[in-house]
Amino acid sequence: MSRYSLATSIFNRFTGLGLSLGLLVLVCWLMAVAGGARRYARTLHLLSQPLAQIIYALLIIAFCYHLVAGIRHLVWDTGHGLERTQSQRSAWLVVGVSIVLMLLVAWCAWFTGTRTP
Amino acid sequence: MSLRSPMRRVLGLGSAQSGVHHWWLQRLTSIALVPLTIWFLVSLLALPSLGYETVIAWMSQSWTALLLVLFVLVATWHSQLGVRVVVEDYVHGAGTRTLTLVIVTFAHALIAVAGVFAVLKVALGGVR
Repeated sequence: MSRYSLATSIFNRFTGLGLSLGLLVLVCWLMAVAGGARRYARTLHLLSQPLAQIIYALLIIAFCYHLVAGIRHLVWDTGHGLERTQSQRSAWLVVGVSIVLMLLVAWCAWFTGTRTP
Repeated sequence: MSLRSPMRRVLGLGSAQSGVHHWWLQRLTSIALVPLTIWFLVSLLALPSLGYETVIAWMSQSWTALLLVLFVLVATWHSQLGVRVVVEDYVHGAGTRTLTLVIVTFAHALIAVAGVFAVLKVALGGVR
């Protein structure tokens, strides 16, 4: 409980590093599109494996957390919310909002079915 | 009360000798990434499928291509700034650290160029 500040900060770094790797996946996908229909079909097959699906789930979690935690950092940069009680409250707010966002994105991905083309 | 010496205030540089440049760019890119990432996620989820024809048609639209190029550039820039800080914090030894930073920077440049190249190739009709 007293380490919420440490936990939210380190998790922001972890998710950031994870998203850097996600960027690699994105660019591989873009290069596959540019590589023509056959190349795209092969890459898409590779990117539809169960392991890849797990990676997407992790990327969604990482993205949602990093987005919300990043906005918290931007608010801090304006000089607001730096009091201990405020930052404690915003730490829980970040966790709560990012979980809601994760569920929303996961639901949309599931609902539209674009995850499994 | 400020702990900065008058000389430092005049020069405007911190201990990294580069002032607020890194900090400012990290903030600037993060602000830009809020709408860009949300746009990317929403428009990707809005696609009827990830089939080849669908994706080509999507990427051929001017606004999609423009925003994708922006997204790739700003995201790799932001990523490079972030990974750089992690390396500076956790990789010890001047030689190893410098080498890691060189690799990280080159890798990011490669990712950015590859992403922009791919989008432009599709958008400018290089793939049919």
